[in-house]
Amino acid sequence: MLHRALRLDPQVALRDEPFGALAYHYGNRKLVFLRHPDVVEVVRSLDEHDCVADTLTACSIDERRWDAFETAIHSMYESEMLSDRAG
Amino acid sequence: MTVLADQLKGGLEAPICLTWELTYACNLDCVHCLSSSGRRDPNELTTAEAKAVLDELAAMQVFYINIGGGEPMIRRDFFELIEYSIGLGIGVKFSTNGAFINAEKARQLAALDYLDIQISLDGTDAATNDHVRGTGSYDTAIAAMSHLRDAGFEDFKISVVVTRHNVDQLDEFKALADSFGATLRVTRLRPSGRGADSWHELHPTNAQQRQIYDWLLANGDNVLTGDSFFHLNALGEQPLPGLNLCGAGRVVCLIDPVGDVYACPFVIHDRFKAGSVREPRGFAGVWRESDLFVELREPQSAGACASCGSYDACQGGCMAAKFFTGLPLDGPDPECVGGEGEVELAKVQMSTVPRPSLDHSKPVRVAAPRVPVALTRR
Repeated sequence: MLHRALRLDPQVALRDEPFGALAYHYGNRKLVFLRHPDVVEVVRSLDEHDCVADTLTACSIDERRWDAFETAIHSMYESEMLSDRAG
Repeated sequence: MTVLADQLKGGLEAPICLTWELTYACNLDCVHCLSSSGRRDPNELTTAEAKAVLDELAAMQVFYINIGGGEPMIRRDFFELIEYSIGLGIGVKFSTNGAFINAEKARQLAALDYLDIQISLDGTDAATNDHVRGTGSYDTAIAAMSHLRDAGFEDFKISVVVTRHNVDQLDEFKALADSFGATLRVTRLRPSGRGADSWHELHPTNAQQRQIYDWLLANGDNVLTGDSFFHLNALGEQPLPGLNLCGAGRVVCLIDPVGDVYACPFVIHDRFKAGSVREPRGFAGVWRESDLFVELREPQSAGACASCGSYDACQGGCMAAKFFTGLPLDGPDPECVGGEGEVELAKVQMSTVPRPSLDHSKPVRVAAPRVPVALTRR
């Protein structure tokens, strides 16, 4: 997962909230809670970097937190909030 | 209590679950109608006002709205408003009794993206359904579902209010939904609107509440509930799927047909009116700053339930159910599975029970009782 090129699915809208953000998928109607501002920043930046690991580095996420981020990103990928990006 | 639930209690920038009753007009006269609907209110929002509210909701990034009534399809601008909403990126789910869904309307609805439809049905046979929803309403709903299926409308919802009389039909409702390629949605009966008068006769017995809990544990992943049965979580170790909290004013609110904003769809009463979309501060101002919503987002006292070991599981139940049965808000739910609600209900002086503030019921032409007569099934 860390070396995949991902993006926020085009059918997903993000809304900032006090705890982080809400993500809503207009296609499958799923609602997901992004429960930390760092997760929101990473998800918003995925598109600008070659892979997930590069995004985490660029967002200055401490490597000790990468496992947790990978789990969160995997879960968002499973619910189609994140999708593969060509290239 | 999870961290997330705690965060949600503090409120959100915009509601997740916004219900908008478009009109008080209705062709039916259901005995449990939450909004005591029947006659249109002359002061209902105009098309221009409704569109201005939708503009505001779009700016707040409300992802979808739940449209109801009354019967929302009675409004002449119904399609104009839902198409405007969808065009702004606000998905629409609407509840209907199906009376205005013919073959042509079904095709029109099937052509829209980001639209969900809930057909209300309270029995898998005409006798059980029509007992609460009125003569002919079962056939009407089934006809509407057939039109939707024939038009290729995928995955509409069949929305059931669980009562004493239909609780044994849950499997049959599921089979009916499956046969239409639809999803079943079951919700809790509230003593709101005309339901204040019919609740005592219709609400499930305590034994039936166990039945609902067990059924939801077995089937809940494929059935929608609007998270309305969280008071049943006190029955066991395993919580039902969904957010275990009262969302009123925190993640949920209601806009009524005249633009008044209430804490949830079940509390159309002055005590829970936060303001109006017609105020200069608009809906956003009411949502973010109204005294009522600020109050509801503060930590709530467990009151008489504080010493009960199940409080974390049930959260004291439903605010509306307590209010309209005359119980204190910081005490047990009238349907407390531990039986505390029944004890408290027995002490309530009926004359002190708050009545719904508004009533748009049609005038009673004959001396028909509002409370349904006793019904025996099979």
